[in-house]
Amino acid sequence: MTATANPPPAAPAATPVAPAATPAVGEAAEGHTQEYLTFCLGEEEYGVDILKVQEIRSYDTVTRLPAAPSYIKGVINLRGTIVPIVDMRLRFAMAEARYDEFTVMIVLSVAGRIVGLVVDGVSDVITLADTQIRPAPEMSSKALDGRFITGLGALEERLLILIDIEALISGEALGLVADAAAETH
Amino acid sequence: MNVDLSQFHQTFFDESFEGLDAMEAGLLGLDPAQPVDPETVNAIFRAAHSIKGGAGTFGFVEIGGFTHLLETLLDELRAGQRAWDASLVELLLQCVDSTRGMLQAAQQGEPGGADAALEAQLQQVLASAAPATGAEHSPAAADPACTAGWHIDFRPEPDIAQQGNDPLRLLRALAELGPLDVECDTAALRPLAEHDAECCPLGWRIRLQAPVEEAAIREVFAWVDDACELQIRPSVDTADGPGSASPGTASSGTAHPGTAKLGDDVAAATEAPASGAPANAAPTASPVAAPAPTPREGGGSIRVGVDKIDALINLVGELVITQAMLRQRVQGLDPVEHESLLGGIGQLEQNTRHLQEAVMATRMLPVDVVFSRFPRVVRDVAVQLGKQVRLQTSGEGAELDKGVIEKIVDPLNHIVRNAIDHGIEPAAERTAAGKAAEATLRLSAWHQGGHILIQVADDGRGLDREKILATAQARGLEVEPDLPDAAVWDLIFAPGFSTAQAVTDLSGRGVGMDVVRRNISSLGGQVDIASERGQGTRVTIRLPLTLAILDGMTVRVGQEILVVPIAAVIESLQIEPAALRSLAGEQGLLQVRDEYLPLLRLDAVLGYGASAGSTAADADAAPRLAVVVESQREKLALVVDELLGQQQVVVKNLETHYRPVPGVAGATILGDGRVALILDVGGVPRRPPVSTAA
Repeated sequence: MTATANPPPAAPAATPVAPAATPAVGEAAEGHTQEYLTFCLGEEEYGVDILKVQEIRSYDTVTRLPAAPSYIKGVINLRGTIVPIVDMRLRFAMAEARYDEFTVMIVLSVAGRIVGLVVDGVSDVITLADTQIRPAPEMSSKALDGRFITGLGALEERLLILIDIEALISGEALGLVADAAAETH
Repeated sequence: MNVDLSQFHQTFFDESFEGLDAMEAGLLGLDPAQPVDPETVNAIFRAAHSIKGGAGTFGFVEIGGFTHLLETLLDELRAGQRAWDASLVELLLQCVDSTRGMLQAAQQGEPGGADAALEAQLQQVLASAAPATGAEHSPAAADPACTAGWHIDFRPEPDIAQQGNDPLRLLRALAELGPLDVECDTAALRPLAEHDAECCPLGWRIRLQAPVEEAAIREVFAWVDDACELQIRPSVDTADGPGSASPGTASSGTAHPGTAKLGDDVAAATEAPASGAPANAAPTASPVAAPAPTPREGGGSIRVGVDKIDALINLVGELVITQAMLRQRVQGLDPVEHESLLGGIGQLEQNTRHLQEAVMATRMLPVDVVFSRFPRVVRDVAVQLGKQVRLQTSGEGAELDKGVIEKIVDPLNHIVRNAIDHGIEPAAERTAAGKAAEATLRLSAWHQGGHILIQVADDGRGLDREKILATAQARGLEVEPDLPDAAVWDLIFAPGFSTAQAVTDLSGRGVGMDVVRRNISSLGGQVDIASERGQGTRVTIRLPLTLAILDGMTVRVGQEILVVPIAAVIESLQIEPAALRSLAGEQGLLQVRDEYLPLLRLDAVLGYGASAGSTAADADAAPRLAVVVESQREKLALVVDELLGQQQVVVKNLETHYRPVPGVAGATILGDGRVALILDVGGVPRRPPVSTAA
């Protein structure tokens, strides 16, 4: 229990960026926009629906779980709730980054479940109009298959990989949910 | 205005189920042979009435229709227009069940119609004996109990407003029946300075000038008739009233010719009990109901969702952790210099502990919640089996956690049914053995240390040692003929064990006692049986008071801290190298005195193993410490690296946000804020996971 209580430096500061980044055409007929929290894993930049993000905290000591896959780091005590922590770098089969004081966890609340994602860093909050989102290409990556990508967000020079966090967490991809076989044990 | 009523549905269901329980308890307490207590009947009627009202409000037409019939019948009984008899009680109990079924269906959002046969039966009963004193269906003009007007003296108890009733609303409701002359009796009114605003010291004399039925007036006062003095007399001064000659109390409960016929109808219409017992066997089961529901002292309760309570418990758990952290921080301070700070922290510790106890207490319910259903169970089972059973309960006030209560119902149900089915002899056999024909089944509960004990005792024939041994042998279990009694009784907990000569509808399918034992040990409890041939059997269940707190032994395994439930721990010991026995080349067995126990390395079987963290010394060294645990009659020796201590821990659910983990029962938060896993002794895997890569 260290000073983890005051999380997101990113969120409020970043919002003014949004209108500037959105092209003027964004106000047109298909002007539906959505806000994304962006985070980086190695060189890549990802985005998750901001409404699913509960809080951002610094990385805390975890308690390991028996018989868990390597990318499940363990569980933490989040104000009395036991929350599993997934290391996204290990999940996406990237090199294991070291844990330092800049390592952060994004705590997501999705479909009634709470889960923490360990990422390299949180960048900012951006607004994307529907017109700025390209469909995801067919992917053969073993680590992250196309089902969990809602699209690619293009923002000037940057390419954002937009993750369908709900599908990722509720599905068996993270091993957070018991599959039918395990349930009957 | 469009109000979404669905938000109130849950309350309606909760209250209706409570109402049904009250009806059931009331019906079971009725002895048709004795004069019926009008208060009991009123209570039953009110419960039916409010279910009907609620069902109407929320649009559950089927339930409303059915309970209307029920209410009509009850109203006639209440007014004394019908006499009670056993078959009527049976019919009403069936109606209670049917209503409960409909409510459950509605709660699940399933379409659930009324039981047509039962409804027809109700209709038939209602029609069959149209009371001579005037049914409600007959036109008002022809009803001799109707007069041109009524005198009503209404004096509510002073605290009527605190019960949520407003006299003014009642008067307005009366005014809808016809023109009113109201005279207020202010004799008891005190001067303004002394007046208690929450008190209602008033009374009213009301003249209602309308030819309505007395029942209609009573209906207005139905909600307050236990909280007021109410006199309703027909107006005699309206000389031209058609009913002026007849006293309003015509329906004073005299039996009328219809009654006998009614009883026969019901008996004929009721399906004969499956066991073939004659229909008039019903009264032979005479569960002794609690004298009269004792009114709760100390006034009132509020209905709070369990989630709110759990949130409160969580918050207090956090507070306890924070407080422990503060205490650790101030430990090094100079006690003289920081006297007031240390004093404050000490005070905080005490307050926190009291707060935690108080919050935990809000989850505690009296065991009566479970016991209260057994009069019905005992009655039904006894009737079905044609046995005579008398139920005695004691210790209903003992409290235990709501979570435990919910899970104890089924096992207890099973034990009680078993006792009546197998334990208690038919009346003839009892008389031949020189016992009273009516058997006694005792349900009792009491506290012992941090546990609650619940006992089911019968005075039946007791367990049959030879038969159990024979059955055990027939099932291929290895048994010594000279086993001590306790070990023999234990055999009936073996899976698939049943000594009943015939499989009955109730018990004897042999899926029973092993499930009972498993359910109870999953609650951290134990079951014990004591039996004396010819004298009876006692089954005692020992349970922790709460599932939310657990006495744990904290151990270190590698770098992880685990909590082993104390209830499962037999001993902890240092491992002598000489006591290790290898099995198939591995260190698989530990000799403890004259037993060989499977030896499990917790770090390996839980898959902590080599992955990371555990020091090489721990992994390579010969196991030094073992904790011997017992689960489901099986002992295991678990290798740990260090014993850290004993403490009470608050149990948290791991599965809220994660999948179930084999060998882990839950998690808890230690004093330093870290999470520790609680071991599920029965579920510890026997070999290391094959591969943790996914």
